[in-house]
Amino acid sequence: MAEQQPVSTNGRAGGDDASNGVLEQLTDDQLRWIYQIMRRIRRFEETAEEAFRAAKMRGALHFYIGEEATATGVCAALDDGDFITSTHRGHGHCIAKGARMDKMMAELFGRTTGYCGGKGGSMHIADIELGNLGANGIVGAGIPIATGAALGSKLRKDGKVTVAFFGDGAGPTGAFHEGVNVAATMNLPAVFVCENNQYGMATHADFANAAPIHNRGPAYGIPSASIDGNDIFEVYATAKEAIDRARRGEGPTLIESRTYRHKGHTVLDQKNYRTREEIAEWVSRDPIERFVRAVNESERLDEDDFQAIDGQIELDIEHAVAFAEASPWPTVDVIERDVYVE
Amino acid sequence: MAVTTPQAPETATREIFMSEALREAIDEEMTRDATVFVVGEEVGVWGGAYAVTQGLLEKWGPDRIVDTPIAEAAIAGLGIGAALTGSRPIAEFMYSDFMGIAMDQIVNQAAKNRYMFGGKAKLPLTYRAPFGAGTGNAAQHTQSLEAWFVHVPGLKVITASTPYDAKGLLKSAIREDNVVIMFEHKAIYAMRGHVPEGEYLVPIGVADVKREGDDVSVITYARQTHHALEAAEQLAAEGISVEVVDIRSLYPLDTDTVLRSVRKTHRAVVLYEAVRFGGFGAEIASQIQELAFDDLDAPVLRVGAAHAPVPFSEPLEQASFPDTAQVVEAIRQSLQGVY
Repeated sequence: MAEQQPVSTNGRAGGDDASNGVLEQLTDDQLRWIYQIMRRIRRFEETAEEAFRAAKMRGALHFYIGEEATATGVCAALDDGDFITSTHRGHGHCIAKGARMDKMMAELFGRTTGYCGGKGGSMHIADIELGNLGANGIVGAGIPIATGAALGSKLRKDGKVTVAFFGDGAGPTGAFHEGVNVAATMNLPAVFVCENNQYGMATHADFANAAPIHNRGPAYGIPSASIDGNDIFEVYATAKEAIDRARRGEGPTLIESRTYRHKGHTVLDQKNYRTREEIAEWVSRDPIERFVRAVNESERLDEDDFQAIDGQIELDIEHAVAFAEASPWPTVDVIERDVYVE
Repeated sequence: MAVTTPQAPETATREIFMSEALREAIDEEMTRDATVFVVGEEVGVWGGAYAVTQGLLEKWGPDRIVDTPIAEAAIAGLGIGAALTGSRPIAEFMYSDFMGIAMDQIVNQAAKNRYMFGGKAKLPLTYRAPFGAGTGNAAQHTQSLEAWFVHVPGLKVITASTPYDAKGLLKSAIREDNVVIMFEHKAIYAMRGHVPEGEYLVPIGVADVKREGDDVSVITYARQTHHALEAAEQLAAEGISVEVVDIRSLYPLDTDTVLRSVRKTHRAVVLYEAVRFGGFGAEIASQIQELAFDDLDAPVLRVGAAHAPVPFSEPLEQASFPDTAQVVEAIRQSLQGVY
C-alpha cells in the first residue's frame, strides 16, 4: 500500500499545508507562476482528455494530474537555460519548462504546427531551445541522456544543471543504475527526480523496487531525499538545494517525490489495482488545493489573482484547441524528412 | 597482407597502422573543434582496448578523454545528452558485441530523437566499435552486427578497409551532425597503409573501387576487402579479371558505384563477414537484382559466415567466416553460372 503519511527526511515535515517558511521566501510573482503552471498542466490535460474521448486525437495519453507540484516545484528552482529529460507522462514537465500549450495541443492532434510537426505525439514532445531534451516512450531511458547532458555541461563549463524526471517504474531498470552511478562517479551537475506516483501501470512501486528508491542515494555516495511530492514548497526547497549543489560542482542528488496520479495509467485503465478510498485519500491532498490554502492563509495573493490567472488559462486553452483543430495535417511527402540532418 | 590504396595521392609515402590513422583523425578533430571529446571504457589510462586512443589522455587531459565505468547504456546516453546540448562526442564501445547492452539508447533514443522531435534536435555523435572475427576471442567478442544498425533509420553506418579510408571516414563522421556508427575491424587495426600527411576527408556514402576488373565484381567492405583483393590477384594469373568494390558506407549506400561495376562485369559476388543469412549482403544483392537484372549474366552470389556463433578453436573460427579460398571459389562459380 501507498504510504499514507508522508514524512520528509529533510526536516521540513509539518502540518499538511505548512510551508515551513518556504512560501515566505518566494516572491508574489513566483507564487503566481507556480499557481499558473500547476493550473495550466491540469487544464491542459483535462482538455486533452475531453478531446481524446471525443475521438479528436489518438494514441496514448498519460496524465500527470495530481502530480503537478513535482514538475512545477522543480522547474521553479531551475534557471531558464538548464536542461531536463522527461518521461511518457511528460506534459507537466513540458509546461513547467515553459512550453506553449497551443503547440503541445497541436502535437497531440498530430498537426504540422505541433512541437514535432506531428511526428512525435504526446510521448515525444521536446524543445531543445527551452532545455527540454524530450519526453520519452521508454521507461528509464531519459536518465543516461540526462547524465550525458550533465557531462556536456561539465566539459563545456556552461554552468547548467540537468534534471532527469522519471517514475517509480524506472527504478528497476538498468538505465537508472548506469545513469546515476556514472553521474555520481563523475560528480556531474545532475539531479535525479523520481516521481513516485505509486504505480507503474498496475504494478505497485513497492512490488517493483526491492527497497525505497531514495535509499539508493547512500549506495551511490550521493545525497538523497524523500519528500511529500504534493507539497509544492517542500518540492521547491529540496530541488533548489539539490540544483544549487549541482551548480556549485558538488555532484548529483537523488530526490524521491511521493505523489499520485489521480487518473489511470492512460485514457484506458484497468481500474482493478487500487481502491476508491485510496484515490479519494490522495485527491484530498491535491497539490493545487494545498497550495491555494497555504497562500490564502498567508494572505499573499487574493482571489482576484487566482481568478485572473484562471481566466487567462481558459482563454489560452480555448486558443490551443482551436489552433490545433484549425492546423493542417502533415502531408505524406514529409515521411522521410528529418531522419537526418541533410 | 598487402594493402592497396589506389585513392591515396601519389605524394603519400608515409605508412602507418590503421589504429594510428584513427588516432590521428580523433586528435586532428579535437584540435579543430573544442567541443569534440572521447568517452568510453578504458579510452584514457589504458589507451583504448585496441590502442586507438593511446597517448590522447596525456595530451588532452581527462576533460577531453573521459574514462567511464563498464556501463554501455550510459556510454551511449552520455553521447546523446552531450550531443543534444552542444558537444560533439566520440563514444567508444570496447567491442561492438557490447552494443546489445546499449541498444535502447542507440536505437530508440539516438537514432530517433531528431525525427521524433520534428527535426529540431541535432546529434553530432560518433559511435566507434571494433567488430569482426579471427582474433580467437570467441562468440561474444567477434560478431559482425552491422545489419542490426543499418536497419534503423536515423543511423549512418561506415567501415574502412585501409588506414587511409579509416582516417578520412572517421574525420567525416566526427564532423557530421548525425549519429554515425563506425565499425572498425579488429583484425586490421595493425595493418599498415599509406596515409598522407595533412588534411583530407573521405566522404560518407561514397564507395571505392579498390581494384578494377572486367569479368566479375566483388562487392564487399572492411577486412573482407583484402580477401577479395587476394582472390583477384590469384585469379589474375589465370587471366580472370576481378573488380573489387569496397562500399565503405553501408548507410547511405553508394548504389550507383555498385551498379556501375555490375553493369560492366555482368556478374556479382557479395562478400561479407557477418552471418550470411539476413546479413547486409542480402540488401546489396537485392538492389543489384532489382536495378540491374537485365545486365546480369549469372545470379548474384553471397558469401558470408556460417549460421553459428563464432567458435573459439582456431580451425573452427577460421572456417566460420569467408577466407580468400572461398572468395576464389565463389568467383569461379559466378563465372560458370552454376551453383
